[in-house]
Parts: sequence; C-alpha cells; structure tokens
Amino acid sequence: MVLFAVAAIIALASAVMVITAKSPVGSVLYLIISILAQSVLYIQLSGLFVAAFLVLVYGGAILVLFLFVIMMLNIRYANLGDDTLSKIKPLGWVFGLVLLAEMVWVSMGVSSRMAEVGENFGNVPEVAHLLYGKFVYPFELTSILLLTAIVGAVVMARKGS
Amino acid sequence: MVPVDYYIILSAFLFVIGVIGVIISRNLIIMFISIEIMLNAANLAIMAFSRHLKLMDGHVFVFLVMTVAAAEAAVGLAIIIAIFRGRESVDADALNLMKW
Repeated sequence: MVLFAVAAIIALASAVMVITAKSPVGSVLYLIISILAQSVLYIQLSGLFVAAFLVLVYGGAILVLFLFVIMMLNIRYANLGDDTLSKIKPLGWVFGLVLLAEMVWVSMGVSSRMAEVGENFGNVPEVAHLLYGKFVYPFELTSILLLTAIVGAVVMARKGS
Repeated sequence: MVPVDYYIILSAFLFVIGVIGVIISRNLIIMFISIEIMLNAANLAIMAFSRHLKLMDGHVFVFLVMTVAAAEAAVGLAIIIAIFRGRESVDADALNLMKW
C-alpha cells in the first residue's frame, strides 16, 4: 500500500510537471520519471515482463527519440508568441475536471479487492505463449504497422519534399 | 493488497492530466507528449483489469499499444520536423493553412 501510494504520487506529480514545465526537454525528463513510477505499479500488478518492457522500450527508446528530436530542432522558449489561449485555458481545466469526476464516479466500486493470481502470472513464458499462440496474427501485423511508420517517417522528414 | 479501484482511478487521473495538457498547451511537442501520457494511462487500466480478471490477454494488449505508441512517435516527430523546417516554429497556432 505504501509502495503504491509513493509510486502513484510520483507518477501524478511528474505528469503534472510534464504539462507545466517551461522547456520541452524538462517535459520529456519528467515523463521518464513518470514512466519509471508506472513500471513500479506494473510490477505490483505482477506484470514483470511488461514492466521491464515499459522501461526499456518506452523510457529507453521512445523518450530518447523525443529528446533527440527536441535537441536537433534547437527550440528556444521564445518561439511561442502572445498567449492566444488565455480565454480557453480555464475552460480546459473545467472540462478536464468534469471528465475526471465522471471517470472516478464510473470506476468507483469496480471491485474492492484484488484477485489472487498464481506465481507464473505475467512471467516471460506465459506472455510468450500468448504472443506466439493465441495472438500470433495481431503480433505479426504489428510488423506491418512498424514498417509503414518507418516509411512514413522517412518520407515526412526528407529534405526538399 | 491494493484494491483494483485505486489503479483505475489513478489511471483516470493520468488520462485527465494528458487531456488538459493537450487542451491548454500550444507547443506541438508538449501536446504530443500529453498524448503519450494518455496512452500510458490506458495501459495502466488494462494492466489493472488484466490482474483483476486473472487473464493475461491484457499484457498482450499493452504490447500492442506500446507498438502503436512507437509508430506514432516516429511519424509524429517526423511531421514536427517537417513543420519546423518550413516555419521555424512549433506553435500550433501558426498552422492555420486549413483554417476556415
């Protein structure tokens, strides 16, 4: 319970810092902290393999890609002009909080206790059996998705297109 | 043991932080990172339900969502690079070519 509370507070606080940080680099670094805290939660939910995958692929690869692009673009803070959103911003908070209240209300009373699971739940062999057995077609189709993304990224980022 | 409600509510909080980030920011990169926060919140809910139902299918779904996030990051960042090259800015307000 203490572990859950600490990890949840870190995840929430760094997520808030992501959207309020002054520089994009700071945002990405705070998001990495949030991801690490969430991987603690995954381990508590006995998803060991997924937690490792989250840290390696999300924290290690995707967010480094973000950092790489931000540093390549050399974005200065002054790039944004006058604040044209000042009228909409309070509305954004109001809508967000209403949505939050709604979601919390809906998810209250899903279940008050956590189910007991076996020792093997979330281990690598179990996940692998699902990936290469029951879900083999979706798993193979993701390769097409990634190929499409590679081609799209190269075409979009090419000079003089 | 922590009840499953807590995970779902935490995931709702994270999702709403992502929504607010998309609404109130004008920096394209911050908006993009907020979308990643929302994807992660959904992943957390999937993991909690997977544990709750004692079904490991949710772990596979989390993998697929992460793949989609990776593809989205690659294409989206390429689009941001292309926009920055043309306009020297990542301001969402500057993109008014198709504005009515």
